[in-house]
Amino acid sequence: MKTNRTTLTAEQLEEFGDELDAIRQRVLADLGEADASYIRDVVRAQRAFEVAGRALFYLPPAWPLAVAALSVSKILDNMEIGHNVMHGQYDWMGDPGLNSRMYEWDNVCPSEQWKNSHNYLHHTYTNILGKDRDIGYGVLRMDEDQPWHPYYLGNPVYAFLLMVFFEWGVAMHDLEVENIVAGRRKVSENAALHAGIMRKVKRQALKDYVLFPALTGPLFPLTLAGNATANLVRNVWAFNIIFCGHFPAGVATFSAEECEDETRGHWYYRQLLGSANITGSRLFHVLTGNLSHQIEHHLFPDLPARRYPEIATEVREICDRYGLPYNTGSLGRQLGSVAKKICRLALPDRRDRSRTAAPVVAEPAAA
Amino acid sequence: MSVVDTVLRSRALAALTSPHGVDRYLELVNPMWAAHEVRARIVDVTREVDVPGHPPVATLTLQPTATWRGHRAGQHVQVGVEVEGARRTTRVFTISSSDSRPGERFTITLRANPGGVVSRWLVEQASPGTMLHLSQAQGEFVLPDRVPEHVLMISGGSGITPVMSMLRSLQRRTHRGRITFLHYAQSPAHLIFAAELDEVRRSGHGVDVHLLHPEHGDPNLSPAYLERLVPGYRDVPTWACGPTPLMEAVLASYDGSDALRTEWFRPPRVSTGASGGEVVFARSGRTVPNSGAPLLEQAEAAGLTPASGCRMGICFSCVSRKTEGTVRDVVSGEESSLPDEDVRICVSAPVGDCTVDL
Repeated sequence: MKTNRTTLTAEQLEEFGDELDAIRQRVLADLGEADASYIRDVVRAQRAFEVAGRALFYLPPAWPLAVAALSVSKILDNMEIGHNVMHGQYDWMGDPGLNSRMYEWDNVCPSEQWKNSHNYLHHTYTNILGKDRDIGYGVLRMDEDQPWHPYYLGNPVYAFLLMVFFEWGVAMHDLEVENIVAGRRKVSENAALHAGIMRKVKRQALKDYVLFPALTGPLFPLTLAGNATANLVRNVWAFNIIFCGHFPAGVATFSAEECEDETRGHWYYRQLLGSANITGSRLFHVLTGNLSHQIEHHLFPDLPARRYPEIATEVREICDRYGLPYNTGSLGRQLGSVAKKICRLALPDRRDRSRTAAPVVAEPAAA
Repeated sequence: MSVVDTVLRSRALAALTSPHGVDRYLELVNPMWAAHEVRARIVDVTREVDVPGHPPVATLTLQPTATWRGHRAGQHVQVGVEVEGARRTTRVFTISSSDSRPGERFTITLRANPGGVVSRWLVEQASPGTMLHLSQAQGEFVLPDRVPEHVLMISGGSGITPVMSMLRSLQRRTHRGRITFLHYAQSPAHLIFAAELDEVRRSGHGVDVHLLHPEHGDPNLSPAYLERLVPGYRDVPTWACGPTPLMEAVLASYDGSDALRTEWFRPPRVSTGASGGEVVFARSGRTVPNSGAPLLEQAEAAGLTPASGCRMGICFSCVSRKTEGTVRDVVSGEESSLPDEDVRICVSAPVGDCTVDL
C-alpha cells in the first residue's frame, strides 16, 4: 500500500544512505569473538533442545514437554541459526558449519533454492510489486495494487493454509505454481528444482516420520504425532513473524519503474519503508531470529542478527531526523493489522483509489 | 575400524542427524569425537630455534581424532585455527615426524612467519589443549614404497621438515641403504633439529649429514659441489625442499633430471596497484588484464557466466574462492590478501595480480 510516502530530495537520500553505510562499516569492523560465541551458544542450545525433545518421547507423560523442546529446537534452527547463517552473516568466521554456502536447515526447502528466492530476489527487490514474490507468495492478495479477482475471496483461507503448511509453501515458492497455472511458466522449467526439493523432503520425512518414531517402538504413533506437531508449531510461528515483517498497515510497496537505476540511498529507503518491526523481550527477539527487527535486517541483511537491537536505536534516530516512518508495534498489534489486511483485500476495493503515488524523489523547491 | 566408527559413519545415523550431520553433534559433546572431520589437540609445543631478532621455530605435537588416516613422510596438512576474534584461518604445514598410522600422533614444525597470522599464532600463542581443524595429509612429495639404495636429500631453512620426516621414517624402518642429507641454514644457531642431526651423524648407519652455512663461508650449492659430494648425483634419487634461491640452484644443477623431486613454497605474489596486473580465472583457464573492476564484471567481460544475484554484496550468490592475490571490497574499501579466501566477486575488485577459481 503506497502510504506514508515521505519525500526526500536526491541529496537527502544520499546522506541518508551514507549514514546507514556508516553504521554498517562500524559493526563490520567490530565483528569478533562476542558474535562467534553468541551463535555457537545458540547452536548448542538448539542441539540440546533437539536431543532433549527426541529423548523425552520415550516418556509418554512428558509428551507435551518433548513437543515443546523439539518445537523450540526447530524454531531456533530455522530462524536464529538457519535464516541468518544462510544470509552469510557468519561467513567471516570461516567455520564450514556456519557458512552460508554449506549450511542446510531442518526444513523441507533446500537451502540452495531458498538462498536464491530469499537472499537474492526478496532482499534485492523487496516490496517491488511483480518482482518480490514474497508479496503474497503467489497465492495471497497482500497489496491493493494486485488487481482483485474472485479467487481472492479465499484470501483468509489461503493464508490459514499457508500458515499451517508454511515450510511446504516456502519449499514450493520457487516452483512459481501460479505462473504455471497462468501459462507464464512451463512445468519443464521446474525439473531441476523438483529433484532438489524431493531429495530434501525425503530426508526430512524419513527422519521425522519414520526413523525417530520407529526408534521409540510401540510409541511410534505418539512420536510421529509429536514430530508433526513440532513442525506445525514452527510453521505457525515462522509464518506469523514473517508476515508481521512486511504486511502490517503502513508498509509501503513500490513499482518497478520507481526503482529503476536506484541509488544506494533509495535502496535503503525502500528497505526501511517496506519493513516493519515487532517489539518484545530479548527472548522473544531470539526466538524470532531477530526478525522482529525486520527493518534493521532489511537494511543490513548480512550483519549478524544479534546486532540488530543495538543498531535499531540509531536507525530510529536517523529516521526521526529525516522524517521517515519507522513501523513498529507489539506482536498483537502487528498481527491484528496483518489479519485485517488479509481479510480486507479478499474483497474488491471499496473506492476507486487514485493510483498516483507521490514521487519518491521530490524536485528541489527552486527548480 | 571399530564398532563405534562403523556406527558413527553409518547411513542410519546420517539420516537421523540430517541435515547437520553426526559431527555437528559429536563436537558439542567432545571436540575429540568425530565421524568424518579431522581435528587435533595440541599436546606439546617445543621451541626448536629462537635466535633473537629472527622469527622463532617451534614443533607442535598433535593428537588427531580417530578419523586421521595417517600420513606418509614428506606430506603436509592444512591446519585451521581460530585467531583474531574467532576467524578461522587455514594454512598448510609440513609434517615433521615419521610416517603416522591412522589416529596416531604426529608433529608439525614451523617458523613464525612475520606476516603470517597462523604460523605466528601457532608458534607464539598456541598451548597444549588447544584444538585445531585439520585436513587429511596431502602431497605427492613422498618416498616410494621401495626406497632406492642411495637417497639424496637437499633442504634449506624450514624446508628441512619434509626431508626430516623422511629421514626419521627411514631410520625407523631401519633402511639399510645410503642417505646423503644436505642442509643449508643461516648459521648453526638457526639450525632446526640440531641435536638430533648431530646424533644421526655420530651414530653413522649410512647417513652422511652435511650441514652448511654459506653466510659463514661454506660453499653454496653448485653442480661442482654436488659432484664432489655425490659423484653422478644427477642419477641419484633426490628430494629437495627449501627457499626459492636454493630451489633455483637445485633445478639448475639437475638440468631436468628425472631423479629430482621438489617441494617448493612459493612466496605470495605482490600487488601492483588498483588496476594493472593480471586476473586469472583458474577453472576456465582464462587470463585477462586487470581492469580494476569487480571480479564479477571482469569475469563476465571475459565471457564467463559465474553465479550472481544482487550485484551489491548482500545476497552471497556469487561467493567464489580467490586462491591468490589481493582484492578490495568496493563497498568498505577494505583490502584482503589471504590465500584461499571466499569472496563476494560482485564487490571484490582485484588489486594487482589475482587468481580466482572460476
